[in-house]
Amino acid sequence: MHAAGAVARPARRDGGALMESLLRPVVIGAMIFIVFNLLIVASAILVLAERKIMGFMQQRYGPYLVGPHGMLQPIADILKLVFKEELRPKGADKWLFTLAPVLSVVTAFVAFATVPFGAETTLFGLLDEPIKLGVADVNVAVLVVFAVTSMGVYGIVLAGWASNSKYSLFGGLRASAQMISYELAYATSLAAVILLAGSLSLREIVDAQQGTWLGVLPQWYLFLQPIGFIIYVIAGVAETNRAPFDFPEAEQELVAGYNTEYSSVRFALFPQAEYINMVTMSAVATDLYLGGWHFPGVPAEFGWIVFLAKVAMFLFVYIWMRWTVPRYRYDQLMMFGWKYLFPASVLNLIATAALVLYLNA
Amino acid sequence: MPETVTFYLFAALAVGASLLVIGQRNPMYSVLLLIASFGALSGLYIQLEAPFVAVAQIIIYAGAIMVLFLFVVMLLNAPKEDAAEWDRTHPLRQPGVARWGTLLAALLIVQLAMALMAVGEYNNPVGAQSDPATVNSVADMGRTLFTRHTFAFEATSILILVAMVGAVVLARREGDQ
Repeated sequence: MHAAGAVARPARRDGGALMESLLRPVVIGAMIFIVFNLLIVASAILVLAERKIMGFMQQRYGPYLVGPHGMLQPIADILKLVFKEELRPKGADKWLFTLAPVLSVVTAFVAFATVPFGAETTLFGLLDEPIKLGVADVNVAVLVVFAVTSMGVYGIVLAGWASNSKYSLFGGLRASAQMISYELAYATSLAAVILLAGSLSLREIVDAQQGTWLGVLPQWYLFLQPIGFIIYVIAGVAETNRAPFDFPEAEQELVAGYNTEYSSVRFALFPQAEYINMVTMSAVATDLYLGGWHFPGVPAEFGWIVFLAKVAMFLFVYIWMRWTVPRYRYDQLMMFGWKYLFPASVLNLIATAALVLYLNA
Repeated sequence: MPETVTFYLFAALAVGASLLVIGQRNPMYSVLLLIASFGALSGLYIQLEAPFVAVAQIIIYAGAIMVLFLFVVMLLNAPKEDAAEWDRTHPLRQPGVARWGTLLAALLIVQLAMALMAVGEYNNPVGAQSDPATVNSVADMGRTLFTRHTFAFEATSILILVAMVGAVVLARREGDQ
């Protein structure tokens, strides 16, 4: 693309190429910085949103004292956690006890690296060259997200083991057992979307969902993959360890599960990772099933607003689910994962493969 | 130049972590170091311009199989696997074990040397017949897998099925429904 431009306008392009080679790392660095901070801010907003929505659902106000309508509550929460004493149980494994929360939060951040969240844009003419909204555009992005999020379970499992406490250990054991049972169905539901789009790149999958059927219905994979979508959402709840699948912490049975022995910042990193994972799961679901930044009638420049709205809707559903559905028993999830979710996703995959074969023939 | 630096970085990490795996007394650390080694290997695959293989390595080994390993290690709660100095009855202290172990190690070294020499002849680390394009694209890889390597592919899947059936048979006790 650049070579073609150089042929057409050699004089200006050379200067532009030099500028771009200098600008490129700056743009990438700025993108990483912005996404990193947005994720942190998003997790703070989610803490507040969760408590406010929970309050609404239970017919009370929720946090109301810090700032107007309790808006500054997350800042108060963070300050409280930072100034708490960091405790470590005597029999805990020194290295792994510290490594576990770090591993959780690092995998949560890294997973978002390959998620695109907007079309190519010049930010309303601010930049000369259009940039793609997203940190890294990898051609196997779907698999990278899947691989990195599947590493996130180690943080929980190690926290459970390193704490040297029976409740923590049970939490960690449950996390690994849970992960094995839903991840197959999750991966198989992803494979069906990959088959439809014929690509492993999230950006290409999103762009394959442009346009409408009959002028009204947007061409989202949600309408082609209703079963896959439901499986993805269920597996996503299990992946982020949220109610009704929050067995690793299950406070009525295991005190607080894997994070029982944690305090202060080390503790804070676990919910932080959980909220970032929620954002990632919602963003990937939007890219895979809801057409990403495409919406009939909305120009590409405003695509990121559409994307944000869809992600916010998903996050609301997450919180809604948590305060509506009671927790299952953890053997029920394992049975459900192996006996229902997995066969359903395999059938879905076979049907999708047949459909793709029929359409291509 | 940066490729050389990252290659040695990943290679050193892979070899170092793998050596530490067998040097650990706590099986928990062994599992974690093995994961680190897989991660370094996947970095090497990315350098060979095979991102799909790299990600598959992480998903299958680090993400799925090692979680199962970790589960078993935690469930057995085996803190240490070494035997006391004076314990002559430990299974690993029996004379036969040492003899066969040495033989196997020698065989492995010979095999490794032969493999490395063969690579030198072909001067192609991926293998003599495959050209790099077949590992780059997922579609090409699938095509190769289902045309040239069909037999190996199907044989492997039957092998895995047999292992699965065997595990189910072993796990079922007499009188279970």
